[in-house]
Amino acid sequence: MIQFIQRAIILGIPLLFGCTGETITEKSGHLNLGIPGIMYVGGICGVIGGFFYEQGVGPENIKPALAILIPLTCSILGSLIMGLVYSFFTVSLRANQNVTGLALTTFGTGIGNFFGGSLIKLTNSDVPYLSLGATSRYFKTSLPFADKLGWFGQLFLRYSFLVYVAIILALAAAFVLKKTRTGLHLRAVGENPATADAAGIPVEKYKYIATCTGAVIAGLGGLFYVMDYSGGIWANNAFGDQGWLAIALVIFTVWRTDFAILGSFVFGALLIVHNYITNLGMAGQELIKVIPYAVTIIVLIVVSAREKRETQPPQALGQSYFREDR
Amino acid sequence: MKEPLFHIVKRDSISWWKSWLIRLAAIAAALILCSVITVLLTGLNPMKVWGSLISGAVGTTRRRWMLLQGTAILLCISLAVTPAFRMRFWNTGAEGQVLAGGMAAAACMLLGGNLPGIILYPLIIVSSILAGAVWGVIPAIFKAKWNTNETLFTLMMNYVAMKIVDYFSQLWAVPKGSGKIGVINSSTNAGWLPALFGQTYLLNILIVVGITIFITVYMRFSKHGYEISVVGESENTARYIGINVKKVIIRTMILSGALCGVAGFLLVSGTDHTIASETVGGQGFTAIMVSWIAKFDPVVMVVVSALIVFLTRGAGEISTTLGLNKSFSDILTGIIILFIIGCEFFINYRMVFRGKHKEA
Repeated sequence: MIQFIQRAIILGIPLLFGCTGETITEKSGHLNLGIPGIMYVGGICGVIGGFFYEQGVGPENIKPALAILIPLTCSILGSLIMGLVYSFFTVSLRANQNVTGLALTTFGTGIGNFFGGSLIKLTNSDVPYLSLGATSRYFKTSLPFADKLGWFGQLFLRYSFLVYVAIILALAAAFVLKKTRTGLHLRAVGENPATADAAGIPVEKYKYIATCTGAVIAGLGGLFYVMDYSGGIWANNAFGDQGWLAIALVIFTVWRTDFAILGSFVFGALLIVHNYITNLGMAGQELIKVIPYAVTIIVLIVVSAREKRETQPPQALGQSYFREDR
Repeated sequence: MKEPLFHIVKRDSISWWKSWLIRLAAIAAALILCSVITVLLTGLNPMKVWGSLISGAVGTTRRRWMLLQGTAILLCISLAVTPAFRMRFWNTGAEGQVLAGGMAAAACMLLGGNLPGIILYPLIIVSSILAGAVWGVIPAIFKAKWNTNETLFTLMMNYVAMKIVDYFSQLWAVPKGSGKIGVINSSTNAGWLPALFGQTYLLNILIVVGITIFITVYMRFSKHGYEISVVGESENTARYIGINVKKVIIRTMILSGALCGVAGFLLVSGTDHTIASETVGGQGFTAIMVSWIAKFDPVVMVVVSALIVFLTRGAGEISTTLGLNKSFSDILTGIIILFIIGCEFFINYRMVFRGKHKEA
């Protein structure tokens, strides 16, 4: 049972990163359907950084701090660029958000799979497949005394640092959105940019910062998936539809990142529960995987039918804002 | 107060040649960027790369037919999502609707393989159209009733469809446990779309040509098409002049889903003769971009989808010869689409620089 919860949490963390990022973005009124692509880019950029570092210094000279910092920086830079592209198109050029997002997802998944599949060929290295075991080990380092603390330690302390980063980010995002002036302004921008503009809030600045912050956070989800969950091994399309699940999670948690922590663990559990139910058969396992999406649809319907103000999507979600429009 | 360097003004109108000039410039710029990236990554002469891209797409007769066939499928899905987009209903669920249609076709072919063709073919067509329409109308009903966000709803429906296909792939797997249905009725060819004049894909292409004409006429000259564009422009106006907005939303999504179902039928019965959750391969999403870039004009859509399929096939060929990953074409497609989306800004708006005002 403890093992099940642990695995559910680890599988939920990429979703939590993605969900926190997407929630921040959506609060500024931008539905970023590029999140799956951005998570791919975040992952592959980390892999590229780690790959060059490992290849450059040789496996015996790797310094723990650099082995974490280099992929982390690369990943953040990669997703930041994606975030900037998205906000430049949707905020400055006022392009359609859905189409831009989808194009970015095509582009990002392409980048991820292309470099994941061709990095070795392109750099003429003599390794059989893309595996960053050494780097991944440092990413997976957990507190040494966790195992000694019984079930408590195993359940709460046995994870790598990125897990705690994800949870802290989600809590921080919830706090900033709900309790601070910045958060209030951001929500105002997402609800009604014209009113926010009239109140003197720099709308474009908020949109840019929210989208880019969101992209960087989501990109970390990709990094976590490669480095921690899959042990530094890049497999094309292994990341699958996790990015879309992250967007589903945003709805499931009604745009609340603090709910998202629990929500992501629930989704994580739903993703692996089929391994733990006996005599289900191969076909039944596939059917279980529908649940996260089905549940999201139900939440979406219930939320829209109840029309409670607190649980609605931001009002201006998906619409570009042009000051001179009536 | 200091005046900003420039500000943005919406254009009232732009002559058609100017807007096309901007678009062509954007495509040219995108192609240049693509060449630069290709050269940086592969270290090859760009001319040679484009040469192998073109020969990869249209080099042989077979490749030319494949290009036409691929264009037909992408075009069919793009046409299917167009009526919904026209009324600002963001149907991001084309992927799932096509898959639902394809699944229905595959199920009929599997279960009804012994039926005579005169019963089997209508059965396949009707059931795939129905499946696509059902998949499309569910979000529409909730949109009409409770204004449920359709972008997110249709998006989720995609994955429900995929998992259901995965389920049946396991259930009907040949051989058991492989998770793949394999080619259906490979000995009898029952339910396969027949070859026309010896060309396997000709019938597919003709069907899509028919759909193109139908959508053009429907959107431009029918009362339904008019109602759709009024709802898209302003729901309040539509209500004011007595259009039943809910009815229009539901009716249009049935049409959109049904046409997606036809695309699924063409994919399963006319092309792959099997089904898997990746049968549609993201074309449902590409189609959204095609429809948007083409400004909902069916004729432009033909050009755009041909361009995208051309690039995909060509870039796929380059990656094979160089031993690179196939996703290279996704990068190129992404860049080109982003450039075209971005250039719309310069068509709709113009920038006025500081100190260059014309006094009114």
